[in-house]
Amino acid sequence: MTENSGAARYAEKMKRVMDAVELRQPDRVPVAFQATFWLARYGGISYRELMYNYDKACEIARRALIEFDPDLFYPVHATTLGPLSEAIGFKQIEWPGHGVGDNQPFQYIDREYMTADEYDDFIFDPTGFYLEKYLPRIASAFEGINELPKFAGLYYHQLVANMRHFANPGLVRSLAALQKTAEEALKFAQSRIEFHAEITALGFPLTHGTITNAPFDYLGDYFRGAKGILTDMRRRPDKLLEAMEKARVLLMRHALSAAKATGNNFVFIPIHWAPDSFMSDDQFKTFWWPQFRKMLIEMIENGLIPVCLWEAVCTKRLETIADIPPGKAVYWFERTDLVRAKEVLGNIVCLRGNVSPSLMTTGTPEEVDASCRHLIETVGKDGGFILDGAFGIPDETPLENVRAMYQSVRKYNA
Amino acid sequence: MNDNEKRLVDLVADMDEDLALALAQEMLDNGDDPLRILELCREAMDIVGKRFENGEYFLPELILAGEMLDQIGGLAKPLIKHSSDKPVVALPRVLIGTVHGDLHDIGKNIVTFMLDINGFEVKDIGIDVPVAVFLEEIKAFKPQVVCLSGFLTLAFDSMKETIQAIEAAGLREGLKIQIGGGQIDETIRAFTGADGYGLNAVDAVNFSRISTGG
Ligand code: B12
Repeated sequence: MTENSGAARYAEKMKRVMDAVELRQPDRVPVAFQATFWLARYGGISYRELMYNYDKACEIARRALIEFDPDLFYPVHATTLGPLSEAIGFKQIEWPGHGVGDNQPFQYIDREYMTADEYDDFIFDPTGFYLEKYLPRIASAFEGINELPKFAGLYYHQLVANMRHFANPGLVRSLAALQKTAEEALKFAQSRIEFHAEITALGFPLTHGTITNAPFDYLGDYFRGAKGILTDMRRRPDKLLEAMEKARVLLMRHALSAAKATGNNFVFIPIHWAPDSFMSDDQFKTFWWPQFRKMLIEMIENGLIPVCLWEAVCTKRLETIADIPPGKAVYWFERTDLVRAKEVLGNIVCLRGNVSPSLMTTGTPEEVDASCRHLIETVGKDGGFILDGAFGIPDETPLENVRAMYQSVRKYNA
Repeated sequence: MNDNEKRLVDLVADMDEDLALALAQEMLDNGDDPLRILELCREAMDIVGKRFENGEYFLPELILAGEMLDQIGGLAKPLIKHSSDKPVVALPRVLIGTVHGDLHDIGKNIVTFMLDINGFEVKDIGIDVPVAVFLEEIKAFKPQVVCLSGFLTLAFDSMKETIQAIEAAGLREGLKIQIGGGQIDETIRAFTGADGYGLNAVDAVNFSRISTGG
């Protein structure tokens, strides 16, 4: 491939995707490629090796790209976090090679990383709360960081005198461990930057430059845990709302600066806590949607394109989440019926999805083909559709089924 | 039902946690029968379950209801003098767990809760449950129904393996196996060889009822 053909290919794919995003009819339905541990199977290595070997992971991803020729490509480094997680002593997940079997996907440990009575600490001073409590709980390299002087409120001579804390053994240990972590983080970043430059040159756009979360999901998944956040809605709704308001500002700050740094306008937002079966319509409109909608609008106003993965079934939410400006975002639905979603959202937002995981893993290539064809011809009608799995390619999917999916967009048209 | 009793049922069913706990404590202090208090909680749980089935209540309410039940149980149980004279009715037994490799437990907990308030003796053996543990528990607990929960695609294989092992151990006879969780559908039911699958906790209750002749 010459450099020129790479640039032309990139422009062609980007145009196809942007046609879909902006609700025009593209030349054909674009297809995204989001695989995580499936890549290990494809490359004939263990999940563990994928997790630890940057070069190997990039090599396999490159091969998959060239074989399937998708229009959007998920960053492979999401599943090469082994060395970095090891270095920081990450406690929130177990991963292949560390806590789970060599061929098992990583697992998130659902726990209270912030207790109910710590809401006030978080709300008053989030950074202070991170340093004092949160960071040492989630990674061992941070154990001791809580011995830092409490800078805010210190001034003049007191501030200077308090620098003695930097000699505390716990803090010294923590800073050394973090420096070591940084060395690995640099290698990780280097590999990622090189790989992205390479595949961009080959002509493949990335699915996103950065990731963010809804305020509720951020607090639910990473701070309060499932049981904590759900009972907070009843026990301390005001604290939850206040903390979310704070979180929203923090999350936005990161999303905007990270998107700017990568130069990619797509922001991926996996959505955990919106499903129909989780909360009532009233609760959704109080605790979930208004805070998230503000984020969406702010991103859109800043020229970014939110790509929301609405997990599980969100059929009852469709009318509510329709309230965004048209042609500015992607709604990827995992289990919500896309034909129904098209009826409600067809003129508002580009849809993505959602070949069933049970079909992908246990069906035949002919069945996958038929399912893709159905999606292309119904949901793809009049544009505004990107074909994908329900949450990408399930790890267990046979190769022929993946092939069938990527061939389908070339065989059928809306 | 006297006024206090009626109020306790309402407070629990309406999610008024603080007042419910205070009233339960007050009633126990006044010498109300702790077994009666627990019975009232059961009645409240019935209401909660109905409201869940009707789409008025969701996860926050089910979890909070479970917590209230535990807390009031904690107050009442130490005061129970001796086991009641009422003959113990043998309830149909259901064993439930999340299959190995999978840690999702919210859906399973809801299913457990709904089975429990619908008259089953439920044993919940937790998450990431190895095949061997399922076999041991089936031998010891002798359930009529086994419920396997799982949300990850890897659970398809774990479920199939678990069911095959149950069969190989000669334990399938007279036992009904139902699967459920995020990705489970008829395709996966056929793939795993389960007797049934369910999309929600109400399905789990119905299946268990039919399977136990209820
Ligand atoms: C909440 C959630 C989590 C929470 C779980 C908290 C907990 N303590 O359980 C947290 C954040 C910890 C989590 C972690 C992970 N998750 Co998760 N999670 C979800 C989510 C959004 C909802 C699942 C849930 O709890 N539902 C709650 C229940 C109440 O809702 P429900 O399904 O309507 O429940 C009913 C039925 O399921 C049914 N039911 C349940 N069991 C049974 C059993 C029987 C017999 C019957 C009849 C019925 C039945 O009854 C329930 C009540 O009515 C799903 C999305 C989805 N599609 O399900 C992803 C999802 C399952 N997770 C996923 C992933 C990838 C993960 C992680 C790997 C993420 C990570 N990168 O770390 C880890 C893995 C953890 C592990 N090894 O298990 C993927 C799975 C993809 C795959 N490869 O299979 C999903 C599909 C999300 C996605 N779109 O990518 N997750």
